[in-house]
Amino acid sequence: MLLVLGFAAQLAPARGAQTPDFDRDVLPILAAACLDCHSGPEPKARLDLLSRKSAISGGRSGEAAVVPGDPEQSRLIAVVEGSDGEYRMPPRGELLSAAQSRVLREWIASGASWSEAAEAQRGQPWHWAWRAPKQVEPPAVADPAWMRHPIDRFVFAQLEAEGLAPAPAADRATLARRLSLSLTGLPPDPGEVEALLADGQNGAIERYVDALLASPHYGERLARLWLDLARYADTNGYEKDDRRSMWPWRDWVIDAFNRNLPYDRFTLEQLAGDLLEDATLDTRIASGFHRNTMSNEEGGTDPEEFRVEALHDRVHTTASVWLGATLACARCHDHKFDAFSIEDYYGFLAFFNSDRADTSVIGPSEQRAGGAMLRVAPTAQRQEYAEALAAREAALATIAKPSAELAAAQARWEIEQKSAAELWSLLTPTTMSAESGATLARGEDGSIVVSGTSSELDTYRLEFTLPMAGARVLRLELLPEPSSESRGVGRGPGGNIVLSELDAACVSADGERGGALKFARAFADHEQRGNGESWLALHAVDGNPKTGWAVAPQTGQPHQLVLESEAPFGDAPGAKLSLTLAQRYGGAHTLARFRLSCSAQADTALTAPLGSELAAILDEPAAARTPEQSEKLAAHYRAHAPALAGAREQLARADARLALVPTATTLVMESAAQPRATHVHRKGNFLDPGDEVQPRLPKIFGTLPEALPRNRLGLARWIVSPANPQFARSFVNLVWELHFGRGLVATADDFGTQGQRPSHAQLLDWLALHFASTCYDVKQLQRTILTSQTFLQSSRIDAQALERDPHNRLLARGPRQRMEAEMLRDTALCASGLLVRKLGGPSVFPPQPPGIWTMIYSSDQWSDSTGEDRYRRGLYTFARRTAPYPSFAVFDAPSREVACTRRSRTNTPLQALTTLNDPQFVEAAVALARRMLREGGGTNAGALTRGMLLCRSRPPSAEEQGTLLALYEGQLEQYRKDAPQCALLLSNGPAGADADPDPAAAAAWTIVANVLLNLDATLTLE
Amino acid sequence: MEPGHERHGSSAAQLARLLARRRFLQGTASGLGGLALASLLARDLQAAPAAQQASALLRAPHFAPKAKSVIWLFMNGGPSQLDLLDPKPLLAELDGKPVPESFTRGERFAFIKGTPTVLDTPYEFARHGACGAQVSELLPHFAGIVDEVAIVRSLVTEAFNHAPAELFMNSGLARVGRPSMGSWLSYGLGSSNQDLPGFVVLLSGGGQPSGGNACWSSGFLPTTHQGVQLRSQGDPVLFVDNPPGMSTQARRASLDALNALNSRALEQAGDPEIATRIAAYELAYRMQSSVPELMDIASEPESIREMYGVRPGETAFSNNCLLARRLVERGVRFVQLYHRGWDHHGTGEGDDIVHSLPKLCRQTDQAAAALIRDLKARGLLDSTLVIWGGEFGRTPMNERRNGSSFLGRDHHPRAFTMWFAGGGVRAAATIGETDELGYRVIANPLTINDLHATLLHQLGLEHTRLTFRSQGRDFRLTDVAGELFKPLI
Repeated sequence: MLLVLGFAAQLAPARGAQTPDFDRDVLPILAAACLDCHSGPEPKARLDLLSRKSAISGGRSGEAAVVPGDPEQSRLIAVVEGSDGEYRMPPRGELLSAAQSRVLREWIASGASWSEAAEAQRGQPWHWAWRAPKQVEPPAVADPAWMRHPIDRFVFAQLEAEGLAPAPAADRATLARRLSLSLTGLPPDPGEVEALLADGQNGAIERYVDALLASPHYGERLARLWLDLARYADTNGYEKDDRRSMWPWRDWVIDAFNRNLPYDRFTLEQLAGDLLEDATLDTRIASGFHRNTMSNEEGGTDPEEFRVEALHDRVHTTASVWLGATLACARCHDHKFDAFSIEDYYGFLAFFNSDRADTSVIGPSEQRAGGAMLRVAPTAQRQEYAEALAAREAALATIAKPSAELAAAQARWEIEQKSAAELWSLLTPTTMSAESGATLARGEDGSIVVSGTSSELDTYRLEFTLPMAGARVLRLELLPEPSSESRGVGRGPGGNIVLSELDAACVSADGERGGALKFARAFADHEQRGNGESWLALHAVDGNPKTGWAVAPQTGQPHQLVLESEAPFGDAPGAKLSLTLAQRYGGAHTLARFRLSCSAQADTALTAPLGSELAAILDEPAAARTPEQSEKLAAHYRAHAPALAGAREQLARADARLALVPTATTLVMESAAQPRATHVHRKGNFLDPGDEVQPRLPKIFGTLPEALPRNRLGLARWIVSPANPQFARSFVNLVWELHFGRGLVATADDFGTQGQRPSHAQLLDWLALHFASTCYDVKQLQRTILTSQTFLQSSRIDAQALERDPHNRLLARGPRQRMEAEMLRDTALCASGLLVRKLGGPSVFPPQPPGIWTMIYSSDQWSDSTGEDRYRRGLYTFARRTAPYPSFAVFDAPSREVACTRRSRTNTPLQALTTLNDPQFVEAAVALARRMLREGGGTNAGALTRGMLLCRSRPPSAEEQGTLLALYEGQLEQYRKDAPQCALLLSNGPAGADADPDPAAAAAWTIVANVLLNLDATLTLE
Repeated sequence: MEPGHERHGSSAAQLARLLARRRFLQGTASGLGGLALASLLARDLQAAPAAQQASALLRAPHFAPKAKSVIWLFMNGGPSQLDLLDPKPLLAELDGKPVPESFTRGERFAFIKGTPTVLDTPYEFARHGACGAQVSELLPHFAGIVDEVAIVRSLVTEAFNHAPAELFMNSGLARVGRPSMGSWLSYGLGSSNQDLPGFVVLLSGGGQPSGGNACWSSGFLPTTHQGVQLRSQGDPVLFVDNPPGMSTQARRASLDALNALNSRALEQAGDPEIATRIAAYELAYRMQSSVPELMDIASEPESIREMYGVRPGETAFSNNCLLARRLVERGVRFVQLYHRGWDHHGTGEGDDIVHSLPKLCRQTDQAAAALIRDLKARGLLDSTLVIWGGEFGRTPMNERRNGSSFLGRDHHPRAFTMWFAGGGVRAAATIGETDELGYRVIANPLTINDLHATLLHQLGLEHTRLTFRSQGRDFRLTDVAGELFKPLI
């Protein structure tokens, strides 16, 4: 309050003869101009202006900044007025006005008294938000009804001081609706409202709140808030904006709120769940919080630029959510107003700089989003998935287990391997061609060299005469081609290949019989993995042209692909074999040079490709091999050893079980193999590195305790510790904002000097400390806030109150706000009975008008979900960053590109068009009309009452009933006369509904239901 | 000021007046029904700046404006200045030869690898108009209006990929999150038409720009300032049509009932937001007729339709140009047309400068020139600033991606050309100069920040004074830069 009054004084400093008061008049001037440097633990020039002693004795210079009683001798006056010549303070920002320096002069002349409060803050940051919350006793107030709850005591005391009176409590029906929407995001069932109305016992509201807190929809409601903060979306953002799978993280959030995970643990798991000593699958999923950053896959961009961009986003989001601080300015220069320097900024960024990058480079002008990810089964199938994984592990262990017999068999195999080359017969093509028109020519070594036209995609066709009968395996060798652009095995600039599909067909020697070959297994000496995508040998024969075999990054080495046919092929020498090599990846990932051969050897231990590394190991005498080399060779043998066929069978069975579990990936945090050095980026430019910085906290927050590691985990542990003054404050403020529509600090992401001052500073601190004292019990926090008389007040506004306090800063009335986007749709679905209350799972695609998704670089289409996924809650709607769901965007839902701590609440004609005409809302109107007819007890008044209760929890007044029944009668008359129009209107309803007994009535009620869904009382949380 | 919100102190007084009026109307107990009441309320709301409604109302500029509206023909993809408006004879001399290293040392390109070779333009340039502006044979219609136009050859941008460069051109930042220029204008000046949005976007040429909706995002400004896309297929404005089976009469009857109940709620709850909502529903109702009327280009005289070359029923740039004029006529502040397809890399026939570039010119040249002539004929050109250009230019070198034999140019941020007409900018002028190769600007560089400062200036706004507080600081379209580009004004 002192600061608030002081601020007013600053604006109007002409105060006549009154002696300036330090807190009220002087401190605001010092705060704006001086204290950033001249206060705190390490004040500049050792001059601390919060300390009378320091100011009088002077700083390092020893010259008194303030000489009580003598402004002329006070250096403070000389430097702020510029009469000193050399020095002028402050060095940046605005100079003091004449009025301000007059206040300082008067204050010094009057003896320069410091307040105790200011003195007590010596050595601490001067700005309230950077200091720990203060323990305050809630004030005593005169009204006993407002003495019962600590929140009310703070609020009432302030109202009293302002000469305002609180509003009476809202009626029970309004409260039932307000509490239900606040805690679950859904309107109450009319039965629940009735039960609350009937509950005459003490504590009815508390019991109602507890029931809501126990609802699974509570987690969904809080998740909506958290998804905005976490900038959750289902796509990567930027130009390509391809899909990503991240919903398991969303499920984690819903579940964490529902099981009331304490907020400190909730925070820890999301910031560093991968690094915790007791990390589990669950905590690693949680660490995906900071993988909600965008990834740029656009060709020609610099991957480092966008890796760094994601780090900035992590810094910004962490600071906004957990520090209530805006660091963004300090990215380019020292923060002009708050005490954050550019070194502070990059020191903070350094905590985030040693994680795996979110994209990988896969070609000269290609990168792909990815980074660390986990594969997760749905909660119900986690058990089966874990068991199958265990069976898989067991089979792998059997395969890996050494034994004497196996060693002997391997020794024999090694000898046989030396002559394995003789097992192969070269296939010489009789005809060959490329779809692109490229030239295929035979080389001296039996290879085929491709030259001429290079196109993005290609398919080669070759025919051979088989040199043997009963061939079992086919081998494709890739060979580096010196004349290709990259000198690699592929023709394109990256040198990689993708063999999308290899099709083979064989015709018997007599030309009578033939057919496509089926391959049982596929082996390659090298397969490309990573990015959550694998390019395996078997993908070349899986019948799916979208998958394929690739070899990056080993594009400069020869490779082999060996395909084992299910049955021998070629009945006699002279049989014909035709091959099609489809290469449909694009970017000229096409073969530059290759060779084909076949063999009749059935033991794949002898035919499976070794690759150059294993071949070299094999050439070494056993005694000369390193243990590592021996292990590699043994692993290869065991993968093919006939003695281990049973274990391999087990492995295949486990894999088959795993394939039945519909798993999904989710992006998670993971440290990079090598930590990265962090440099200040001059002017925020990543190409212009300055001094190196170590991970550290911004100076204003002190230093990270020695015991904590200098990584994300250390930062997270500090964030949740009492040493972070803002940990509890920022969250209680967000929750307050969620329920009141406005935080105690209105700028939830900025508690700094440029943010708004708290409307109730002591209450904020009390709530923060109370929250801490409950071990950060989130449900308890909501219970505390929502059962206060303050929250339960009527939200009616009279003209006088509006004049006095238009934004309800002082809380002399209850909250009243237009519902947020998702809540509007959920309410319409709920009232109409269409809502499907299934929790969690992949994102869904409720109907959206055509032409919203016009993706440039992919054929990705929005296709409307059918069945129950049309009617799921809004938070499950697929969120594409560059094309948000239109009926949410129009109601101010953010695009989730960056963290959003506060949605704006506009009130526009486009919104009116949406709730009037969006097919989803019209469908809900039809369904609501039918429900009103069904549940209305057979009378028009009953139907209308039912509709009103479903939409706004209150029956119609006589006047409302008159208006709406008149509308009904009028429309009924129209629709009775016009059956086609009637059928057309009802066709907007849900698919597969029963025929309406009285279509005209259903249509007329649809018009009424459309009105009900658009009532201010329906759209507003009041 | 509330963060992220515009509020107006007089809302309380206004509400009091509204309620008084309501009491008066009740007192008269005449035949005034809900409709009449609501429309009276709505008119009152429009007469005074209300809470969130402020956006829809006119606000005073900082000084007398030269232009009242903007039509921005955004040639999405980056048209080749070297084949259209900035001829360079040296290209012919060096055609096929490696580009002198003095030009490209230390440069990064989006797709070009190794040492690139110079690519001459296959097109003839000639001087046109009284001003003698040099224009390529690909733009015969534009050649006829050069005396109305200032060609600026010295644009410089900072981003060389589509999405960032488009965002930079629109919002002054090469990333998402900032308001676009149309949103700033809507915020700064409001709209002079109550029945249509103040910032309208029209697309042709195949889909959205790479930057997506973010190109017309209102960023941290309230979403009322966001660009509204008028679609050429389906509802022109999303959900503007009543649902199948609901007549206009039924809509009117239902709105009357709705307004009656909402007026009652206003009286009981006293929240001025309800008054705003009643007005919003009435405006929505008016849009239901004003939008289809606006979109009805068939109602234009034959001569006009021919001049633009409109193609009824299709998604066409020519249709959009004519719509742009109709929008500006109706007082819409900012109309942005995106025409996609100018990304002429030369990886194939579909994106080279021999086949595809002439096609893009044919799709746009006639209508753009017709727009200038039409505005002029109606006396609207003086108050309408027309802008033509892409997000960047193209290299003097042949890209030859993957050894392609088709001719094309890579993205080039260092020098490109735009043209401007009307709205108080100079006419019959060619401004700025590039080096012999067209690689770099050597005279009168025009940065995007300076461009924004200059455009705002023409609309009567001082760019350093048009600010909005977000995340702890005041933001502007020009961020911390921006100087007026005097040669243009």
